[in-house]
Amino acid sequence: MSDKAKSIASKKTSGQDERLKEVSKLRLLLNRPELGAVGGAILVFIFFGIVAGDTGMFSAYGTLNFLDVSANLGIIAIAAAMLMIGGEFDLSIGSMIGFAGICIAIPAIYWGWPLWVSIIFAFAMAILVGYFNGILVVRTGLPSFIVTLAMLFILRGATLAITRLITGRTQVPGLRVLIENDPIAWMFATDTFKWLFTWLGSMNLIALRTDGTPLATGIPPSVIWFIAATLFATWILMKTRYGNWIFASGGDKNGATNVGVPVGRVKISLFIGTAVAATIFATIQVLDAGSADTMRGNLKELEAIAAAVVGGCLLTGGYGSAIGAAFGALIFGTVSMGIFYTDVDTDWFKVFLGAMMLIAVVFNNYIRKRVTETK
Amino acid sequence: MTENLIEFNNISKFFGKVIALKDVTMKLKKGEIMCLLGDNGAGKSTLIKTLAGVHKPDEGEIVIEGKKTVFDSPKDALDMGIGTVYQDLALVPLMSVTRNFFMGREPLKGPPFLKTFDIEKANQIAAERMGQIGIDVRDPSQAVGTMSGGERQCLAISRAIYFGAKVLVLDEPTSALGVHQASMVLKYVVKAASQGLAVILITHNVHHAYPVGNSFTVLNRGKSLGTFNKKDISREELLGMMAGGEELDKLEVELEEMNRINN
Repeated sequence: MSDKAKSIASKKTSGQDERLKEVSKLRLLLNRPELGAVGGAILVFIFFGIVAGDTGMFSAYGTLNFLDVSANLGIIAIAAAMLMIGGEFDLSIGSMIGFAGICIAIPAIYWGWPLWVSIIFAFAMAILVGYFNGILVVRTGLPSFIVTLAMLFILRGATLAITRLITGRTQVPGLRVLIENDPIAWMFATDTFKWLFTWLGSMNLIALRTDGTPLATGIPPSVIWFIAATLFATWILMKTRYGNWIFASGGDKNGATNVGVPVGRVKISLFIGTAVAATIFATIQVLDAGSADTMRGNLKELEAIAAAVVGGCLLTGGYGSAIGAAFGALIFGTVSMGIFYTDVDTDWFKVFLGAMMLIAVVFNNYIRKRVTETK
Repeated sequence: MTENLIEFNNISKFFGKVIALKDVTMKLKKGEIMCLLGDNGAGKSTLIKTLAGVHKPDEGEIVIEGKKTVFDSPKDALDMGIGTVYQDLALVPLMSVTRNFFMGREPLKGPPFLKTFDIEKANQIAAERMGQIGIDVRDPSQAVGTMSGGERQCLAISRAIYFGAKVLVLDEPTSALGVHQASMVLKYVVKAASQGLAVILITHNVHHAYPVGNSFTVLNRGKSLGTFNKKDISREELLGMMAGGEELDKLEVELEEMNRINN
């Protein structure tokens, strides 16, 4: 809420409108979509702080570990959240990750393309896939659930078939040597703030390897992309005209059309957004692992949607936040890594994931009723 | 006699073999409220969509401020100053008052290519505009879903006026409202007209239309039964002209019959 609006609201409090008294700060806070995810994240940190505080989970190395996992999921969760706010789903995110991976690896390894050309090629393919998803949904009026479910199978199948056809295998290794001196790859493969970790190491503040270099060498690229994506998405949603159109398109498609919002264009661009986010995810992972795998990204679309839902996005569209999705991803990343530091069997992770989602949906449903309740 | 602000001359619209509208004529001056009455299926919706530029009339002409005009799209109609408020109001309950008010037409600030939605200005205008109609939006960032039906209707009308409507087309603005809420909306409509707008009020409720209208056009099965000035026609006569009138007479007779038998 802007300062002006606050001042108007507070002016009224002191003024004539006695009804305003019910709107306490708590109530205003309760109406924020990301509240549940932020609260959930705090609870998760308290929990692991108690049960795993002395295990190294929260050492520099451990922290970067769970941040890396959260960040990777967060990149796609934020794009998925924006699309959900715009009123649609993308179930093809996971398949797009696998597809983008081989779009980078096969040209670079088998066709001799420079790595950066392959990366740009993968992004071009992502834009194409996203556009195709979007135009199909907008033109046919079919539920995006069905259209992108079809795309989930098509992309995964094509990834497997093409890779096996060209390489005879389902994995394409050998990328690591190409990263050096590449004009683009560093953006997806470089740890940053190394000086900070070296310094912390020299001060003996963080754990060192036997050769004296710090165990945690720098902030992984995923975390930088994740933070940038959160800020960018939040800026778009809260501060731009396009952001208002996203809310409007998801909130009431017909109403938005009637007042001149280009709903079709907005939705297509959001589908392109999820495909591009999947490709960022894929590029980081492929360059980190040095290989592409046809099964990479399997089921990631559901994790992304789950994080968006925990982050406060309504399944029906028109409501949610990028910050919420970021915290949703942080919860999943923290728990999936943190569970290794506890005595709990890791098999229980998915149980937690499901329970978390259920609680989030019930909570969000309650919030929506509050927000739209007639006085 | 001042010039008519808007004229619809002999408008007809066909959908295949179906005659949705036939030779409908309406004329409005500034400051005038014309009520368009008709029962379900009378062609009200088709007429609204023709006014709003969604349908192109197959026959007849639209004249605005003396100039013959063709609407190629809803945007054309908007640009010519026809502000249509549909029954669904084109409001998103989950979005704030401000975001709804400026939906699709957000004020921008900042350098080219980095223009942002000027929310402060938008909040201020929205609060101001709502204040003028006597709706105290306690906080323009509150969701529209928290507003009453009447307030929402007024918000939609206020938005149409703010964005330059000279002719307001209101589709059943009171149909879903209680008495108090309906009178609040009607009061606002009268106020808007007194400020120089022409208003076309579409309704099937004669009791809402009669107190505010200057003239009445009755549609029945796609045809206009004529336009009447208020002084020339009574509420009962209007009711009688709508298809529902005869039905109601019949109903009354039948009820009397039932009463007689029961007694």
